[in-house]
Amino acid sequence: MGLPHVDPERRDLVRRKARRDALVASVSLIAFVAVAVVLIARSPGWPTVQDLFFNGEAFKKSFPAVLSAFWLNVRIFLVAEPCILILALIVALTRGSTAPILFPLRAVATLYTDIFRGIPTILLVLLLGFGVPALNSDFITNEPLVWGTVALILSYGAYVSEVFRAGIESVHPSQRAAARSLGLSNTQTSRYVVLPQAIRRVIPPLLNDFISLQKDTALVSVIGPIEALRQAQIDSSFTFNFTPYVVAACLFIALTVPMTRFADYLNRRAANQRGHS
Amino acid sequence: MVRSLLSVENVHKAYGVNPVLRGISLDVQAHEVVVLVGASGSGKSTLLRCINGLEAIDAGRIMLDESLEVSAPDADLDAVRQRIGIVFQSFNLFPHLSVLDNVTLAPRKVLGAAKSKAEHSAHELLARFGLSDKAESYPDRLSGGQQQRVAIVRALAMDPELMLFDEITSALDPQLVGEVLDVVRDLSGSGMTIVMATHEMTFAREVAHRICFVDAGVVCEQGPPEQVFDAPVHERTREFLSRTRTR
Repeated sequence: MGLPHVDPERRDLVRRKARRDALVASVSLIAFVAVAVVLIARSPGWPTVQDLFFNGEAFKKSFPAVLSAFWLNVRIFLVAEPCILILALIVALTRGSTAPILFPLRAVATLYTDIFRGIPTILLVLLLGFGVPALNSDFITNEPLVWGTVALILSYGAYVSEVFRAGIESVHPSQRAAARSLGLSNTQTSRYVVLPQAIRRVIPPLLNDFISLQKDTALVSVIGPIEALRQAQIDSSFTFNFTPYVVAACLFIALTVPMTRFADYLNRRAANQRGHS
Repeated sequence: MVRSLLSVENVHKAYGVNPVLRGISLDVQAHEVVVLVGASGSGKSTLLRCINGLEAIDAGRIMLDESLEVSAPDADLDAVRQRIGIVFQSFNLFPHLSVLDNVTLAPRKVLGAAKSKAEHSAHELLARFGLSDKAESYPDRLSGGQQQRVAIVRALAMDPELMLFDEITSALDPQLVGEVLDVVRDLSGSGMTIVMATHEMTFAREVAHRICFVDAGVVCEQGPPEQVFDAPVHERTREFLSRTRTR
């Protein structure tokens, strides 16, 4: 053993190149920002925009209300997400089943994904949020918040089930053959061999859908519940200032950025694990 | 009379319109090592997959132990597969499980063995084939030869009566072939019944009790290795052997 042999001249060259690259990147960034700032600040409408959207006073005033409304977005997300995962997994497994007796369920699952992937989420929120309460049923709730959340679950469930299905199909058939040849039943093969591999593979794309869902909780505002976007709308209609929208935007970003970084991290780790292949 | 552990009777199998097996027959006695040789595409792998029930046959009959019809459309294949182990060319270890878990999964879930008991037997098998220090490793940290040995151990953990080896050294680097063939040698020495498809002619000659030359979906010629290799009767066998020797 011993220290790895490195040619000092070669090492210096590599270091010099790294320093030069960093310098070029910094200068390029500064120049780019400077040009953007000058262009925006010199446009004739800038003072108005600054006052209407980036008003420090209005920001401070609306922040507490929008923040507390944002808590509703978080709660919708926290309730919807596990429901989506469970629904999607059931749908994906049903669609992948082969038993003849399950044919009706397979048909329902296929119909479900076809329909709910096809309807824009906002339209689904409107249909359920206004449609179900109009039934005036004694058995089911009229609460728009509930039906808005259900709409999100149904819409995302259809998408996420396709993600699961893709993951299941990405597991090579030879894995199934190997498991079956050991005497494992079809169900045991799915549970112990196929699903664990499939789920590991779909975690990064799933996180992507979660990020999307965090933002789409704002769609529930169209049927009434006062979440961050609706609160910002209310605030701005009182003050004729749009800064509350920027407040809401900042809150959404604050929630999604860590999630995005986490998804990136998982993607990188998955790529490293796959190694050379 | 000697008991037939496996008997394949006049089996036909086609993929779409391409016939692969055209009325193949094969009898295997307990403790016998039968080596299938033949060109790629001659039907060796397909035959092994049919014996294990991984492929359904179109006509004929496959019997295990003269009593259980493997090829019956309503056969309990899970039960059949518990008695017949198969190892593939591509090792097909489960990448999300450690070596130990790969080996103990089927004994625990299929046979209902207790975890401690299954792990104890697994450790014994791994030790027997020089894999003790790999029990906690994941498959992607092993060499091809090690992976294939684990795959064999995984099949043996179900305590099968018959082992099928489907070109188990074809995906290996030449310097790793030896360690896998050693395992087969060891098994044959301990009396395991083996049906093996291979291109390793030297090994086939050494370990086989009987060589079956498979050509165009039938057994064209069979007999002890000296007879088939040194004095082939059939024209096709001579052709095949001269081609493999010049390679």
